[in-house]
Amino acid sequence: MDTKHSQHIKLPEGSIEKTTTTLNLGPTHPATHGVFQNILELDGERIVSAEQTIGYIHRAFEKIAERRPLYQITPLTDRLNYCSSPINNMGWHLTCEKLLGVKTPKRVDYLRVIIMELARISDHLICNSVVGVDSGAFSGFLYVMQYRELIYEIYEEICGSRLTTNMGRIGGFERNFSAAAFEKLERFQKEYPAVLKEFENLFNRNRIFMDRTIGTGGISAERALNYGFTGPNLRAAGVDYDVRVHSPYSSYEDFSFNIPVGKTGDNYDRFLVRNQEMWESLSIIEQAYRKVQEFKGTEADVYHADAPEYFLPAKQDVYTKMEALIWHFKIVMGETEIPPGEVYQSVEGGNGELGFYFISDGGRSPYRLHFRRPCFIYYQAYSELTKGSMLSDAVLTMSSLNLIAGEMDA
Amino acid sequence: MALTNETIKVRLEKQFEGQLSRMDEPYGMLTFEAPKELNLKIMQFLYDDEELRFQFLTDLTAVHYPSQPGRELAVVYHLHNLVDNVRIRFKVFADIKQPDIFTATRLYAAANWMERETFDFFGVNFVGHPNLKRILNVDEMDYFPLRKEYPLEDQTRTDKDDEMFGRG
Repeated sequence: MDTKHSQHIKLPEGSIEKTTTTLNLGPTHPATHGVFQNILELDGERIVSAEQTIGYIHRAFEKIAERRPLYQITPLTDRLNYCSSPINNMGWHLTCEKLLGVKTPKRVDYLRVIIMELARISDHLICNSVVGVDSGAFSGFLYVMQYRELIYEIYEEICGSRLTTNMGRIGGFERNFSAAAFEKLERFQKEYPAVLKEFENLFNRNRIFMDRTIGTGGISAERALNYGFTGPNLRAAGVDYDVRVHSPYSSYEDFSFNIPVGKTGDNYDRFLVRNQEMWESLSIIEQAYRKVQEFKGTEADVYHADAPEYFLPAKQDVYTKMEALIWHFKIVMGETEIPPGEVYQSVEGGNGELGFYFISDGGRSPYRLHFRRPCFIYYQAYSELTKGSMLSDAVLTMSSLNLIAGEMDA
Repeated sequence: MALTNETIKVRLEKQFEGQLSRMDEPYGMLTFEAPKELNLKIMQFLYDDEELRFQFLTDLTAVHYPSQPGRELAVVYHLHNLVDNVRIRFKVFADIKQPDIFTATRLYAAANWMERETFDFFGVNFVGHPNLKRILNVDEMDYFPLRKEYPLEDQTRTDKDDEMFGRG
C-alpha cells in the first residue's frame, strides 16, 4: 500500500481494523452515468486502488445476432453507444455492404456523413456538458441540451425515432430526407456555432474548471496506445489516430478537416479535444451539405444503392410488382443467404474505434459477429488513471472518459 | 515506402519458416493461421520488428467451430500498424478439451479485459493472465454461452405462458 498517504492513521498494535476505507461507487450512482460499479479503496479521500465490475446490462448481442437476418441486427447496434446510435447503425451497414460488395452512391455517403457528424456532436455534447455538471457547473449542460434536442428532431424527420434510431438500411436510407429535415439541419448549422462558442466561453478558461481538470486523470501516449485507447481519449494523449482519416469509409476522403490532438491526455485535454472535434464536425456537415445540394436531376433523389436482395422495396411496388413482392418476402422472412466471408470494418464512433468483426459461413445470419467496443477496452485503464488521485477527481475522470454502459456490456 | 501485405508476408515467412498456414487476404486484410504455441512469438516479432511495427492491439476474440475436432476454438487477433496504417489478422486454434493459449497481457495492457471476455464466453484459458475471471456474465455461471452447443431459445416454443411478452 502507498505508505506516503497512510501515515496519518495510527492503529494500535495488533488491530484488525484497516487503515483504508472501501467505497462502492455504483452500480447506481449519479456520478457513474450508467450501470457499472467501482470498488474503491480509499485512504482518506485518496484512491489507493480501484476495481471495476461491469456487465450489469449485458444483453448477449453477439449471441442474438447469430440467429438474426442482417437487417434485424441494426436495432441491436443502436443499443451499444446510445448517445450516438446512428454511427453504430451506419457502421453496421457499412460492414454488411463491404461483405456483400454493395456500392453506395455518393449522395448516400454524404447524407450518412451528415448524420454521423450530427451524432458525433450530440455524443460529445453530452459528454462534455456532463464533465461540466460533475465539476459543479450545471448551466452549460442545460443550455446545450436544446441543441441535442434539435439533433434528435432531425433524426426524427429522417427515421421516426430519436434515441435508438435504427436508421437506414443496407445500401442507404429507408426514405429520402424530407424538406423539414433539411430545414432543421440548416437551422442547426446557423444557430449551433454561437451556442458552442458560448459553451466554450463558460468552460475553457474558467479558473475553477481548469483547476479541477488540468493534471487529473492523465495518461501518456504510450500507455494509451498500450491500453488500446481510441477516439478522443487517445487523441487527447497526443496520437492523431482517427479512423475517418486512416481508413476512410463513406467517402470521408472527400472532406477536409483537422484532427485535434492534446498533449497530456488529462481531463482538460479530453474536454478540449471533444470541443474542437465539434467544430470540425460542423465544418464537415457544412461541406457535406453543400455537396448534397450540388446533385441535380435524378441524382438529387438518390437515397439508396441498387441492392434488391437487402434493400426493402417501396410499399406501392410490393403491392403491384411481382419482383418487388418476392424481394420483400425474402427480406422480411430473413431468407436471403449471406455469401461466406470474413470482414472487419470499423468506424470512428463517438468514443473511439467501433469495429465489427463479421464471419459468414453462407447461412442466413452471421456465423459470428463481434463488436469491438471502444469504451470496454479503455475502461480497464481506469484504475491506473485514478491511482493516487482524489475521489472527486476520479468522478471527473470517469465522466470525461465518455463511458457508456450499453457499449461496454454489449 | 509503404508497407504492403506482400512485404509482411515475406518477412513473416522468413522468420517462421513453414509454420504459418492459410495466408489469405479477405477484403484486403492479410490473414493467416499459426500454431497456438507461437502466438506470443508472432506478436512480439510483429511488435519489435523495425519495419513491421504492429504495436496496437485492435481486437481479440474467439470463434467456435464445433465441426473441427481437435481445433474447435479459434482465437483471433487483429493488429494495427498505426504508422503505415496497415492491419493484419491472425488466428490460433485450440482443442476445446484443453483450450490453453498464452496470454498477451504482458505485451498489451488492452488484452486484459479482451481475454477475460473471451474466457467468459468461450472458455479459452489464457495461461499467465493476471486475473482470469468472468467479466460480463455472473461469476456463478458454469458454461460458456457463445459456444455453439448453446442454442438460443426456440422461437416457436409454446410451453411458456407469459402474456407479458406477447406470447400468451
